[in-house]
Amino acid sequence: MSATAPAPGQMRSGPPAADLAADPAIAAQAEAEAERRAQIAARWDDACLAAALFALDPVAAGGLNVRALPGPVRDLWLEFLRELLPPAEPLRRVPLHIADGRLLGGLDLAATLHAGRPVAERGLLAEADGGVVLLAMAERVARSTAAHLSAALDTREVLVERDGITARTPTRFGVVALDEGANDEEQVPTTLKDRFAILLDLNDIPYNAAVPPAEDAGGIQRARRRLPGVTVPEDMLEAICATALALGVESLRASLFAQRIACAAAALDGRDAVAMEDVSAAARLVFAPRATRIPMPDPPEDQQPEEPPPPDEHQDDEQQDDQTPEQDIDKPLEDVVLESAQAAIPDNLLAMLKMGALRTRSHSSGKSGASQSGSLRGRPAGTRRGEPGAGARLAVIDTLRAAAPWQRLRRAEREQQGTGGDVLVEVRQDDFRITRYKQRSETTTIFVVDASGSAALHRLAEAKGAVELLLADCYVRRDRVAMVAFRGPGAELLLPPTRSLVRAKRSLAGLPGGGGTPLAAGIDAAVELADGVQRRGGTPVVVLLTDGRANVNREGIGGRAQAAEDAQASARAFRAAELKALVVDMSPRPRPDAETLAQAMGAVYLPLPHADAAALSGAVQAVA
Amino acid sequence: MPAAFPFSAIVAQDEMKLAILIAATDQSIGGVLVFGDRGTGKSTAIRALAALLPPMRVVEGCAYNCDPDAADAALCDGCRQTRAQGGKLKVRKGPVPVVDLPLGATEDRVIGALDLESALTRGEKRFEPGLLARAHRGFLYIDEANLLEDHLVDALLDVAASGENVVEREGLSVRHPARFVLVGSGNPEEGELRPQLLDRFGLSVEVSTPQDLKSRMQVVRLRDEFERAPAAFIDKHKRKDGKIRRQILKAKEHLGQVEVPDATLERASQLCMKLGTDGLRGELTLIRAARAYAALEGDDTVEDKHLKHVAPPALRHRLRRNVLDDAGSTTRVNRAVEELFGA
Repeated sequence: MSATAPAPGQMRSGPPAADLAADPAIAAQAEAEAERRAQIAARWDDACLAAALFALDPVAAGGLNVRALPGPVRDLWLEFLRELLPPAEPLRRVPLHIADGRLLGGLDLAATLHAGRPVAERGLLAEADGGVVLLAMAERVARSTAAHLSAALDTREVLVERDGITARTPTRFGVVALDEGANDEEQVPTTLKDRFAILLDLNDIPYNAAVPPAEDAGGIQRARRRLPGVTVPEDMLEAICATALALGVESLRASLFAQRIACAAAALDGRDAVAMEDVSAAARLVFAPRATRIPMPDPPEDQQPEEPPPPDEHQDDEQQDDQTPEQDIDKPLEDVVLESAQAAIPDNLLAMLKMGALRTRSHSSGKSGASQSGSLRGRPAGTRRGEPGAGARLAVIDTLRAAAPWQRLRRAEREQQGTGGDVLVEVRQDDFRITRYKQRSETTTIFVVDASGSAALHRLAEAKGAVELLLADCYVRRDRVAMVAFRGPGAELLLPPTRSLVRAKRSLAGLPGGGGTPLAAGIDAAVELADGVQRRGGTPVVVLLTDGRANVNREGIGGRAQAAEDAQASARAFRAAELKALVVDMSPRPRPDAETLAQAMGAVYLPLPHADAAALSGAVQAVA
Repeated sequence: MPAAFPFSAIVAQDEMKLAILIAATDQSIGGVLVFGDRGTGKSTAIRALAALLPPMRVVEGCAYNCDPDAADAALCDGCRQTRAQGGKLKVRKGPVPVVDLPLGATEDRVIGALDLESALTRGEKRFEPGLLARAHRGFLYIDEANLLEDHLVDALLDVAASGENVVEREGLSVRHPARFVLVGSGNPEEGELRPQLLDRFGLSVEVSTPQDLKSRMQVVRLRDEFERAPAAFIDKHKRKDGKIRRQILKAKEHLGQVEVPDATLERASQLCMKLGTDGLRGELTLIRAARAYAALEGDDTVEDKHLKHVAPPALRHRLRRNVLDDAGSTTRVNRAVEELFGA
């Protein structure tokens, strides 16, 4: 099997077992099965092609992200990749919690003391020059490690400013990130992914489909020699860039990578100029996993408002496809590439794209509160100069490390002053290092309770009960709580963020009901309070209990229309603030009002009738 | 250092390029912050800056790049002593430093510490200047500024505010001038910048990827050409880069002659009041940036058109968050500009 597999789109039209069975149902089933197999085979072929293209020039590709749980399929693939990489190139594995010093290099303490002069230690990235860095468990890699890797990939050098050492070491390497993320929350940092040419997903490829491909290292060798001479014709470049635009791939790095991958594909196939199939392969490997929209035949979306169509002197539309009628008619080339890329878009991504649910997820890190450094508790995250005390803990080893190089100097000093004693190691105040800790920032749950007449009439008592249960949860999680109520002319902060649950309960119990519903004021108050919590380093979660029927506007004047408009505006502001939120519908029968409100706010919607205490608490936890 | 991509070969991103030129023309504006999407050429543009800056006069042999024409107070201890003893400061032309502050830098390398080598080999205490010393009179570039460690941010803010770095270590007390222009870049998705640090940047630019096919193709084409043969590519753009360098040089000379009429000052104040920016720094930056822009354009007086052009980068990061207004800060600045100056 050649490494350049036919595009899945072409495979699918292969001969199905249609004329064998008389029963149409069985035939359809067999056809579906055959199609599924062909799809999987095509994906595996693409994965192998990706390995070959990456191995051809790891530095130009920047990196390759393999999303797969550890298992035989991944092992097989890695084995294949290893065979293709030149044996002389270093393959260095970066462990998950590598210290900055080891990654970048710094002072080699043992050698320094021995030699009596500072000796720099080369970091892992410098050692990997000309080779490949294997990043294990990449989905859990620390942000700072990701940033170092990105910087080294960008500048093609490692710049060290540590422990009295300044060094600039050129290093060129490619990264293979082993992404073992099991769900959507676990992702390789986007900074890093953006610098990788190829994003692979080996997840549902069964072991029996993963046949070892027959690409030999000799072919790669030849292709490697050919690669520098490969050229990209203008129409191919246009096809690449147009596909990126059509699929909503924003980053220009992706286009650059696609161009390089296309060159590599051409070299692998023994061509000197990039051709159609190379661009298709590049689009499948580079663009498909990054697509943020599908160019559907439905009404063209907001993209590309102006932009005159490029001059169409080249190419006639002989290959025009019936499948994508709304495409610009004068770009058949782009259509073919696009189709090929679309076929390679993973199913789940496709589903999400279709639902339009792929809002630009801005917080790429996991769920429970953003981590924050403090000096008191949490996981150790390096050391810094500083004095112990006030809760900060002395890092003994690092303190001794810091003191070590100065011993000779200090001994001499001491002898000069005649205060020489039999001190083995002299540690001074300047040497003190304290451990820094990183902890999940504290969550503050902000309850915004609709205490208006309509709500009171319905379910205020029940809502109070639900909130009390949530409070108990908050206590278990050591969260802080705050409470805002709105009724009559405006909103009122009943309880500023506190850990005192007794106070929270008391203020809730004493909450009178009645009056209009100034929903806008309530939402505004929540945003303001949440903003304050964020500024203090906390993570706010807003729980809004309401029936969603506003009848008092921002100025505190009644009137349903204006009130609803204001509430919508506030909801949009709320969404813009990107807060985590839950809207609990208090109306007796779930109505669209609260649900639309939740949508406008970007919040999770939960109708109270189904919200027994457990469900409610579960929902809050899922949001927080 | 690997060769940097030439400034003149950067496609589109006009606001970012202008902001960088303004900062290079008038260093007192206080730096540029470039925030935006991935893969938009943020770092590329800033790294290209070094090649554009015209050389400056420095004292020969001074570790801090002292200005030979500066007053005594702005000199480092060594140069001041030489001058006090009636010695003449030797002058040489040197490049304006553009110093990279890498993310993993430790505090001692940033603010300076005892020289390890002389301590180990000769047993003497000697101060070894850090990055801040090296960046004196030049630029200090922080990539991914929002990921910088808090204690480093504190140190930076302190020095940036006082223009002087004070180190007290191991019984050594060193004080040296450190006036530098902060240049930062980052991706807002990675986290926000502390407001105190944000305020230190004179101009802030938001960048996004170009959406038209032509420019996108051009970017890919140029970048590829650069990577295949960096030296030839730089050579090809030498003339254009030289033109920009001369433009900066001329603007620097011209800067002193650009007049700011009272009417313009009033306009600037009105704009800042309308937007409710905190403090006077906004107005000051706006005026200075407009003046530098006028100088770059070769104009003799600062007019409304200059103000209009530089208002977004000078003001957008100084707005208070408005709960009732969900429009982006850029839109708010533009709206205010439109209301005040007319479309």
